[in-house]
Amino acid sequence: MLETRGLTAFYGDFQALYGIDAALGAGETVAIIGANGAGKSTFLKAITGLLPCPPDAVRLEGAAIGGLAPARIARLGISLVPEGRKLFPSLTVEENLLIGAHGRAPGGYWNLARVYGLFPILAERRRVPSTSLSGGQQQMAAIGRALMANPRVLLCDEISLGLAPIVIRDIYNAIPAIRAEGTSILLVEQDIVQALAVADRVYCFQEGRVSLSGRPDALTREQIHAAYFGTG
Amino acid sequence: MTAWLDTLLQGIMLGGLYALFAAGLSLIFGIMRLVNLAHGDLIVLAAFVVLVVTTALGLDPFLAALLAAPLLFAFGYALQHLLLNRTLGRDILPPLLVTFGLSIIVQNGLLQGFSADSRRLGAGALETQSISLGGGLALGVMPLLTLASAVAGILALNLLFYRTSLGRAFRATSDDPETAQLMGIDNRRIFALAMGVAMTVVTVAALYLGMRANFDPTIGPARLIYAFEAVIIGGLGSLWGTLAGGIVIGLAQTIGARIDPEWQILAGHLAFLVVLVLRPRGLFPRAVD
Repeated sequence: MLETRGLTAFYGDFQALYGIDAALGAGETVAIIGANGAGKSTFLKAITGLLPCPPDAVRLEGAAIGGLAPARIARLGISLVPEGRKLFPSLTVEENLLIGAHGRAPGGYWNLARVYGLFPILAERRRVPSTSLSGGQQQMAAIGRALMANPRVLLCDEISLGLAPIVIRDIYNAIPAIRAEGTSILLVEQDIVQALAVADRVYCFQEGRVSLSGRPDALTREQIHAAYFGTG
Repeated sequence: MTAWLDTLLQGIMLGGLYALFAAGLSLIFGIMRLVNLAHGDLIVLAAFVVLVVTTALGLDPFLAALLAAPLLFAFGYALQHLLLNRTLGRDILPPLLVTFGLSIIVQNGLLQGFSADSRRLGAGALETQSISLGGGLALGVMPLLTLASAVAGILALNLLFYRTSLGRAFRATSDDPETAQLMGIDNRRIFALAMGVAMTVVTVAALYLGMRANFDPTIGPARLIYAFEAVIIGGLGSLWGTLAGGIVIGLAQTIGARIDPEWQILAGHLAFLVVLVLRPRGLFPRAVD
């Protein structure tokens, strides 16, 4: 479905990614773990077109999409739940969801009613400004907004960041329903336990490179520890 | 007493004209944080376009403006798409320099094409008609139409902003252009559409500018100052605030002129400074940013 080959990315002169090879199969859920500054968010920025990269470095169902404009990549079916939610403050909750559907083709499973079914609290609070939601509700709105595009690939950047454990559990409970519609999911997480529990496969990033990959049940704690912190 | 009441009414209606000057500027700044120093000259340019349509087709100015509006929408779209989009970025200086240059080009282009003669859009009997309110008070039909058009224009813009999906995209892009792109919104197209809408409002402003007074290619910058003051008094990014800002300047000018005719322009600028001192963010600042 989505594949990167030798993906590099730069912030000016600073190289943040050194040739990432990664793949996300159709209907698969893959987690990317790694310490702060390992290049996880940069990886998502490069895929979504927010950072320039060579055309062949990112492929969606075989087609080279690297370096296209972010709006075009979004219309091709890649939706990002950005780190820090990034809801639009001058839009209501419902308007935030509707704007997610801005560039999509008609049809598809996800619509307002189904997003409200997934996160009922959003239906109750549909008319309030997005800024008055709690952190967890904002995260639900950000996920709902991305789903409204009916993406083939859903990218989630640190959706557990800064949330209480019970709220994180509520949010992760939504993942199976999203998978059930065939959406491929790429999760970037610092919360390793959460990531391993939900993912089919895991990549561990370290200093802009893939330091470990595999199925969660095939990886030992020691391997992950070493790949995460760069020890051993 | 009647004289003062008359002054107040005239001031409010004059404010309608300033609000029309300012609405396009407010819209553009609100959506793309672009300070368009050529705004006044674009109003004058639009007035000449309406003038050309009037004389070429022998139409009255209202019909001519109706025909000119789509042309100017297309002009605004192209201007943004081909030129101004290239100036937008983290640095606020390039758009200022480019629109300043555009202002000079438009002024001199119009001087070249139309000479420095004063022009006017003739509106026939409408120019002198008035409605008597009794007690020696009367409202000119033209000023009243100006104010009504300003209110209707701002109402229409608000409907566009808050009731349509294009308006939703305008607001989202204004909030956070990077995240808006992730929603599949093409910022460059949104900005071009916004400039097209602004030029449509500018056409209405130009219509009343040309029917109420003489215009020539050099009067743009002064209209820009009134427009700026109206936007800032009202609070950046608020369209109803811009209407209020226009009315504050209109009132200050007419009251100033009533005390001493020489004070008209000065009083408008003083009112602006007073608002800046007392409420630096304007009368109706947006809650966000």
